[in-house]
Amino acid sequence: MDRMPSWIRQHVAALRAVVVLTVLLGLIYPLVTTGVAQALFNGNANGSIIQAGGKDVGSSIIGQSFTDVDGNPIGKYFQSRPSAAGDGYDPTSTSASNLGPEDVVDMLPVPGAKDEEGNPDEGKQSLLTQVCARSKAVGELEGVSGARPYCTSDGVGAVLKVFPGRAVSVNQACPATPFIAEYQGRKVECGKPGEDYAAGRTVPIRGTAGTPAVPADAVTASGSGLDPHITVAYADLQAPRVAKERGISVDQVKALIGEHTTGRALGFMGEPAVNVLELNLALDRS
Amino acid sequence: MNATAAGMLFIASLILAMVLVHKPLGDYMYRVYTTTRHNVVERVVYRLLGVRADTEQSWGVYARSLLAFSVLSILVVYGIQRLQDKLPLSLGRPPVTDHVAWNTAISFVTNTNWQAYSGESTMGHLTQMAALAVQNFVSAAVGMAVAIALVRGFARRRSGTLGNFWVDLVRGSVRILLPIAFVGALVLVAGGVIQNFSSGHQITTLTGGTQTITGGPVASQEAIKELGTNGGGFYNANSAHPFENATAWTNWLEIFLILVIPFALPRTFGRMVGQVRQGYAIVAVMGIIALASVLLTNAFELGGNATVSQAVGAAMEGKEVRFGVSNSATFGAATTLTSTGAVNSFHDSYTPFGGLMTMFNMMLGEVAPGGVGAGLYGMLILAVITVFVAGLMVGRTPEYLGKKIGPREIKLASSYFLVTPILVLVGTAFAMGSAEQRASMLNGGAHGLSEILYAFTSASNNNGSAFAGLTVNSPWYDVATGLCMVFGRFLPIILVLALAGSLARQAPVPESIGTLPTHRPQFVAMVVGVTIILVALTFLPALALGPIAEGLS
Repeated sequence: MDRMPSWIRQHVAALRAVVVLTVLLGLIYPLVTTGVAQALFNGNANGSIIQAGGKDVGSSIIGQSFTDVDGNPIGKYFQSRPSAAGDGYDPTSTSASNLGPEDVVDMLPVPGAKDEEGNPDEGKQSLLTQVCARSKAVGELEGVSGARPYCTSDGVGAVLKVFPGRAVSVNQACPATPFIAEYQGRKVECGKPGEDYAAGRTVPIRGTAGTPAVPADAVTASGSGLDPHITVAYADLQAPRVAKERGISVDQVKALIGEHTTGRALGFMGEPAVNVLELNLALDRS
Repeated sequence: MNATAAGMLFIASLILAMVLVHKPLGDYMYRVYTTTRHNVVERVVYRLLGVRADTEQSWGVYARSLLAFSVLSILVVYGIQRLQDKLPLSLGRPPVTDHVAWNTAISFVTNTNWQAYSGESTMGHLTQMAALAVQNFVSAAVGMAVAIALVRGFARRRSGTLGNFWVDLVRGSVRILLPIAFVGALVLVAGGVIQNFSSGHQITTLTGGTQTITGGPVASQEAIKELGTNGGGFYNANSAHPFENATAWTNWLEIFLILVIPFALPRTFGRMVGQVRQGYAIVAVMGIIALASVLLTNAFELGGNATVSQAVGAAMEGKEVRFGVSNSATFGAATTLTSTGAVNSFHDSYTPFGGLMTMFNMMLGEVAPGGVGAGLYGMLILAVITVFVAGLMVGRTPEYLGKKIGPREIKLASSYFLVTPILVLVGTAFAMGSAEQRASMLNGGAHGLSEILYAFTSASNNNGSAFAGLTVNSPWYDVATGLCMVFGRFLPIILVLALAGSLARQAPVPESIGTLPTHRPQFVAMVVGVTIILVALTFLPALALGPIAEGLS
């Protein structure tokens, strides 16, 4: 190599370095790690698979949907959080919603309009309206109030676009009755689908709702879309419904919730969490 | 215990862990980079490389070796992605498209790990481990090598050389990163992170639906992804995914791995320049800024001051139940204070001021504590600028660690500082100036500007996290962010090595009554002030239009 010009020698050394380090760090390291991990922590290394009736039914650390084919909650099962992974809890398409904290104005579907592929226009729900709609649905399922701050009673975001002399409740498509009749002396109108309200000032209205009965995790999508857990509050909310559907006592269900709750690690890391799949499996077994 | 108290204990326990490992790890790295002995593995590697390990290099040769290595790395990573369908373990996936492959190759070689792709649907296992994870190691080792070369510049007297790049590269990879990553990976598996070569298997869920349980060598990649402050997730959901970050305590471990080397390197620096207290001053600057940022991010996220967060009752959108709000905010701060960019919760859905903090952290130039190596050299440049500013105020010739900061040195240092703001602001301006690029925003209004500003900040500072609502896998964004990553990584590195070369040549000036002491609290406070003021002056106008406008509306 010494006879080569130095700039070529540099690049030959560089290429060899990439190859040698790839073998060491890209093949030997992961292979050895896999070998040791498989020997020491076989179950974990292979995805913490759990079985029921001799068949694999999932991973204890990956969440699942407990809904029927139409997406409606199955009453005898505890429900997971909303998910933005594919059509829900799809590990081949993990994702968060990525919607911002001030995403409050919907794009209302225009009746009769078609998109480029000929499907009917579905509009686009803002994050706020998604939260309000989920809260209303969970409230109805569990028999509690789904009311939240900044939500209308029909389950959309309570948001006005304010113009000189008038205001529009932009998330309530006509002919809905706006959630308030008047805003600072302006008459409030319902939202006309397809109309451009961008020029108005956005004013979310808090309303009178107190602390919501439906917990935060029940109305928000997780980061991974695969969150295997719900909060203890959300599990407790669902307990009476599950008990009724299964014909067992609420206390029995609550005892199972307790068994499948993980507290904070070392008392201070993370938050207490209930594993939904394990809890539902335990219910099926009992 | 309430959630806030638990969150503060979580932060306190991380600080305690940093304090405990600071000395042993810093001293260990000092020995790694200063010993003259080569171990068996290294001797074999040097022979295979055909390099003479005991030859010292001038700054120019050091820089050319580094650049040659990086260029060939980009080519190899690009090649593996483009040919993945012909290689084993491809899981039947087609070649990665050309613009995504170019963006990804650059992204991993520059320690950015910006991801214009979704791991679980784009990359085969071999691409993940032999192309991407390898760069997780070596791009980190390159960062450390540059930092060590700069420190040698301060430590050496009348020397024409800065060490040998190949030796620094190999030792950083083999003696520092590899053993810690190996142990870290096994501990992660103990917590539930997967490590296998399965191509995924389909199961029938309780309700009769189907679900594919994915497989892959995740833990081995996860450990080095955090330790090397890389951040490129095996999965699209990154460290929010239970297979990457299974429990509340693996979350703690991942934050620890992110911070451990950047916070220990100042000790290595202090040992190498022969004054441990200089290292303490630098680590104090990093610690003060980091703690302030972590606490503010926690306060904003726990406060939940945004319409949706108030409707929900907590800033839980994009966050996992097992981590909760506080630990997610702490991870978000740690990942942007370093050049990591891994996420365990989605910054796009953070409250406006919480999101602002993650952006501001990157705009600081990632110096508190910054990426492995990159944080230390960035902070030393700021120290040089500080002694210059202080020198101007009192009319003295600035000097740092016995080296005069003359016109050449200050030109290099200020050019270093200017590179990233130019890339960030010009890139954002171009994207905002084009209707087509604006259309990639998921959210409208001020939040949309934040998405684009975040993207260019993240790419230029080699962070790699994202306000992920922005659709970036288009040719325009792939090329533009790719260029930002290349220039944001290598221009500063060349300037640092040039500065190191010019410092090494100097004979030290003896300390006099006129010398500004650089180990006292006064100097620490000045560096903190200079850092914050420089960043605020540069980025405040852009931030005012994005997150600040959103947060105040």
